[in-house]
Amino acid sequence: MLFRPELRYTFHMLNELAHFALILALGVALIQMILPMIGAATGRRSWMAIAEPAATTQVILVSFSFGVLMWAFIQSDFSLAIVYNNSHTAKPLLYKISGVWGNHEGSMLLWVYILTIFGASAAWFGGGLPEKLRARVLSVQASISVAFYLFILLTSNPFARLAVPPLNGLDLNPLLQDPGLAFHPPFLYLGYVGLSMSFSFAVAALIEGRVDAAWARWVRPWTLAAWMFLTVGIALGSWWAYYELGWGGFWFWDPVENASFMPWLIAAALLHSAIVVEKREALKSWTVLLAILAFGFSLLGTFIVRSGVLTSVHAFANDPERGVFILIILGVFTGGALTLYAARAGALEAKGIFGAVSRESGLVLNNILLAVSAFVVFIGTIWPLVAELTFGRTLSVGPPFFDAAFTPFMVALALVLPLGSMLSWKRGTLGKVWARLWPFAILALAIGSLAYAMQSGRSALGPIGAALGAWTVMGALVDLWQRAGRGDIKGRLGRLARLPGADWGKAAAHIGLGITVFGVAGITAWQQEDIRVANLNERFEVGSYSFELKDVSQIEGPNYLTTMGEVLVTKGTRDVATLYPEKRFYPVAQMPTTEAAIRNGILRDIYVVIGDAQADGGYTMRVYIKPFANWIWGGAMLMALGGFLSLTDRRLRMAAGAAKPKMKAVKV
Amino acid sequence: MIRLLLLLCVLATPVWAVEPSEMLDDPVLEARARTLSEGLRCPICRNESIDESHAALSKELRIILRERLVAGDTDAQAVDYMVQRYGEYILLNPQVNGVNWLLWGAGPLMLLAAIAIGATAIRKRGAGTQETLSDDEQARLKEILRD
Repeated sequence: MLFRPELRYTFHMLNELAHFALILALGVALIQMILPMIGAATGRRSWMAIAEPAATTQVILVSFSFGVLMWAFIQSDFSLAIVYNNSHTAKPLLYKISGVWGNHEGSMLLWVYILTIFGASAAWFGGGLPEKLRARVLSVQASISVAFYLFILLTSNPFARLAVPPLNGLDLNPLLQDPGLAFHPPFLYLGYVGLSMSFSFAVAALIEGRVDAAWARWVRPWTLAAWMFLTVGIALGSWWAYYELGWGGFWFWDPVENASFMPWLIAAALLHSAIVVEKREALKSWTVLLAILAFGFSLLGTFIVRSGVLTSVHAFANDPERGVFILIILGVFTGGALTLYAARAGALEAKGIFGAVSRESGLVLNNILLAVSAFVVFIGTIWPLVAELTFGRTLSVGPPFFDAAFTPFMVALALVLPLGSMLSWKRGTLGKVWARLWPFAILALAIGSLAYAMQSGRSALGPIGAALGAWTVMGALVDLWQRAGRGDIKGRLGRLARLPGADWGKAAAHIGLGITVFGVAGITAWQQEDIRVANLNERFEVGSYSFELKDVSQIEGPNYLTTMGEVLVTKGTRDVATLYPEKRFYPVAQMPTTEAAIRNGILRDIYVVIGDAQADGGYTMRVYIKPFANWIWGGAMLMALGGFLSLTDRRLRMAAGAAKPKMKAVKV
Repeated sequence: MIRLLLLLCVLATPVWAVEPSEMLDDPVLEARARTLSEGLRCPICRNESIDESHAALSKELRIILRERLVAGDTDAQAVDYMVQRYGEYILLNPQVNGVNWLLWGAGPLMLLAAIAIGATAIRKRGAGTQETLSDDEQARLKEILRD
């Protein structure tokens, strides 16, 4: 039973009200976009004061809208077209909920919902901001909302109705019915949309013609949060691909992956350059440019995914009308901001001066490497389009290009990171840093050589990755240890514990990067693969493990049928694991999926996939030994943790803390 | 149209990439075939190599590729054979020729330009940084800043 008939009219009402709430939100956003901006320019405080209640109202309206849509999915209200197209009564509750954003219309509603929450957060927690800056930030933020409300209402209405509600739905793409992917889009959107705050601050600063340390202190938490969410989102997507797609790949350089990777790289550059603005009042105009570019890449990512113009496995919306609309949004916001930048960036004077060898220079190098690598990803992603449209060459740019053109930048980044991050501000000496680091450079080289000696001598990738990873991790540890000052171990440990969150965040993020580098190199260089027809109760060896297919059974799941194998894994005489790889079939969507069985380990994953039955009674099987697989995502989680630790830093909170007395004064 | 192609990719009957029945007995030849097929694109899929692809067409291409290698083709000859039939679209690794120089050269050129701009800016800015604090002063300053 779906719902009681007498309630049906209530639901219909709710859907219409939710649609209407979106239209109202558009109106509110228009007011928030126009009045505070004029108020800030003409000094009318009452006009500026409209921004805060308007931002709050937007959140209330879109919360209602989003809540109703989620309720429609939970209740399987098939009078809504997107519920019918993406849900089914037999689907587990989690996937009914994640189905809300597992489609174009719903995911755009989630996008704009997060946008309003970020905007309102600036209104709620931005009490310490100068009145005019706050009004302008909220106005710019509202202009982005306006664009996306229009997009949703004109091209992608999630509340479109079906005249005759069908009895049941078409189900969500089974590949998307997965816990990893259920939370992948919300995290990505939190990241994409979080960068809209950095953008709004940048545009507001350009309008004011002023960027100072305080500005950087306000921008950094938003960038950090956005970057942190992007990190988690990208890692979730990569992890999902690893266990779901059936051959354990973790990164494909797919346009949609690149779409999230470019803003991540630029956001990483931005949060580093904002440190320079905050501490040294230098790199101001560059930082503003990065803030514009970071959100520009987020919009570009949305365009790539939503238009399907660069075809890829993920793009499920292929409506040119929508693509053109987002392209216009991208052009207006990025183009507009860049024009403003060209006109006003000259007004941003740098105060801090620094020598060629200094932390500032190190961070400039970090920015160069990150920005250029993002540019390489960008070129590679759009090149097939450019080559076809302008030169008439139909070609592909795949993983081999990105591996060759992108990896050197990451190698260089990992090489210079420990050195740069330990240089003193303003004017440093490499000699001093090297004196602390050289034993670890040798140790890292030794680790690399050891890896080279131990492997069967195939590729240099593994040893290089091992050396680089070790070098980055040890560099971060040395940096942390050195920050604890001089003296006996006890005193140092005490001081270590009291170090500000930013120092711990820096160490965690850099260690995380080292671990991810090592994991990627390890799995790429040392993976073992075996493809065969496995007969029941017949043993075979892969690496140092033995595998035996004990049994295969047919089982019925909640909304699928599955062929499940039972595979015993042994090492010598010891049982390691019994794995149950599955091949599922989803009858509603008429789609098969493979569910790999994975035995996770710190040093290696054992990865087993079962395929079709053979005429002679055997089953095709793929077995992989994947060394250090979990280090990839473990490192990413450490990077995100680093972002979180930095966010907890007292010095970033102070900007918000100083707000309170002022706010009271205004209210009195 | 693209949706249809995607559907074809997923629904094409073999649910699998490389299957045991396709594989060559000679491990050296098979390893070459695997490496080459990782660089060839499945013509009807999105951004998948024929090595990963489940599509029936990819299966055929994998078999043809192996036939060429068994017939004695070098790697380059086997790849050329594919390019002649499916165009350079099939190459996941774009060729280094013609306008593709722009693609391959973009990263290094951009890096050089960025380093040049960065170095000039730093040199201009660093001109006035001769007087700096001594180590002791630095340490004192650090203490002050920490509070």
